[in-house]
Amino acid sequence: MIDVWWLLILKVVGIFAFLVLVTLFTIWFERRVVGRMQHRPGPNRVGPFGLLQSLADGLKLAFKEDILPRGVDRWVFVLAPVISTTAAFTGFAVIPFGPEVSIFGEQTSLQLAEVPVGVLVVLAASAMGVYGVVLAGWSSGSTYPLLGGMRSAAQMISYEIGMGLSIVAVFMAASTLSTREIVAAQADGTPYQLLGMDVQLPSWYVLLLFPSFLIFMISIVGETNRAPFDLAEAESELVGGFHTEYSSLKFALFFLAEYVAMVVMSGLAVTMFLGGWHAPWPLSLWGEANTGWWPFLWFTLKVMGFLFMFVWLRGTLPRLRYDQFMHLGWKVLVPASLVWIIAISGIRSAARDEGDRALWLTVLGLVFIAALLGYLWPRRRPVPPATADSGAGGFPVPPLDLVVPPNPRAKRLAATRAGTGPASGSGEGADDEKEV
Amino acid sequence: MSLSPYLPIVGLFALAFAFALFSVAIAPLIGPRRYNKAKLEAYECGIEPTPQPVGGGRFPIKFYLTAMLFIVFDIEIIFLYPWAVAYDALGLFGFVEMVLFIGAVFIAYAYVWKRGGLDWD
Repeated sequence: MIDVWWLLILKVVGIFAFLVLVTLFTIWFERRVVGRMQHRPGPNRVGPFGLLQSLADGLKLAFKEDILPRGVDRWVFVLAPVISTTAAFTGFAVIPFGPEVSIFGEQTSLQLAEVPVGVLVVLAASAMGVYGVVLAGWSSGSTYPLLGGMRSAAQMISYEIGMGLSIVAVFMAASTLSTREIVAAQADGTPYQLLGMDVQLPSWYVLLLFPSFLIFMISIVGETNRAPFDLAEAESELVGGFHTEYSSLKFALFFLAEYVAMVVMSGLAVTMFLGGWHAPWPLSLWGEANTGWWPFLWFTLKVMGFLFMFVWLRGTLPRLRYDQFMHLGWKVLVPASLVWIIAISGIRSAARDEGDRALWLTVLGLVFIAALLGYLWPRRRPVPPATADSGAGGFPVPPLDLVVPPNPRAKRLAATRAGTGPASGSGEGADDEKEV
Repeated sequence: MSLSPYLPIVGLFALAFAFALFSVAIAPLIGPRRYNKAKLEAYECGIEPTPQPVGGGRFPIKFYLTAMLFIVFDIEIIFLYPWAVAYDALGLFGFVEMVLFIGAVFIAYAYVWKRGGLDWD
């Protein structure tokens, strides 16, 4: 059902304003929390608790000089932040953040667009974001941005694989790609007979499909270029990475895009794994918790929880080395996702009372994959102990029991003391002079 | 099926695009402009900038390999999504087929792994 035009415009502007406000809040929140984690107060001067700090920073950036360095590809350089920002915002269009409410007498649901392939829209939008980053790096005409942009492109597409595979289990459980129906599928617990009592099993997919959630969380941190996976802007190696040459509002747009992407990914995670806008358990006992505007509050709080996770990770973990990072993406997350998909589909097949055959097939598949993994598991080759003769790493090393021959002067001195040397006292003096 | 449910997405896209374009357009107008030759050089921590090779120069082949592998797995994902949505309707047949398919891609994956296609050193 599509809304009347003024309601659509209202929702578009509302979502846009919500994302910008959450971004401003998150930048402040991140600096405060990281500050606390590092035993310092963080920004606390501008406005109450420093809340207006990010607004002040944004305004300051707007009045800075807009530098267009000589080597840049003018059009692409200007367009790259626009692509990044637009892609980041678009993803939020399909995320539901509330049930049906009435706005000025019109019944409408708190979601901009309900489409049958909702999750694909978010994935497509986040994939578009890669273009902004890689084009920014390429068009800068400078070494560090180019390296940062290429790294970032490789990183984002690698972690998109992990993310895409991890949510297959959710689609299987919900039998739909639509975000609204995924939320609806997590609304009620499945009743279950346990010791003659009716027990409501929890229905959030974070509990039912925990491995999926784990892989998804790791992947979205890599996908949004956040610490500990912020190799695209590793300041100790690449200055600022892909946005080194950017200044003024163009730089601010990249900053905005990064935080909006975080919010959108958190929103997607909440939708897929944390029951969307539904109230969490103790609150859901209150009858009106899932009606009216309350769900918007629960949704925002859950998103805040995820944003705190992002900040927490940044404050806790050191940055990975690039090869370790790609190793994690390709050699851990991808096979783990595939094995988990086969396992969960086998379990579903078995539970669907086709019984033994499916179970055996699952076991066979898992054994096959486990055998492959075991065959491929990296083994540390034994390092031969370094001996004095072979040297350590190609450098000659003296043997441990080496007897150092006494130096010639000491030998001569010993000889003169014993009186067998060639000279008298004056000769010794002449010797000394020669040496000096 | 009509396309009208997708229209609001275009709305949000258009607003974000207009906002970003406005920001980019207004930045040179409201900021100061102080010419400085050094400011227009590529930034490399103060040393003389490395001359950029004509036509982009050479780049490690690893990035290219990663992009190719990405396409393989992205297509696998594209096959997995409709299968996952229709899983309950497909029955055992769907399960067996998908185990075979994932197994087939896994063999290629194992080959790439063994040949060092996934190593970054």
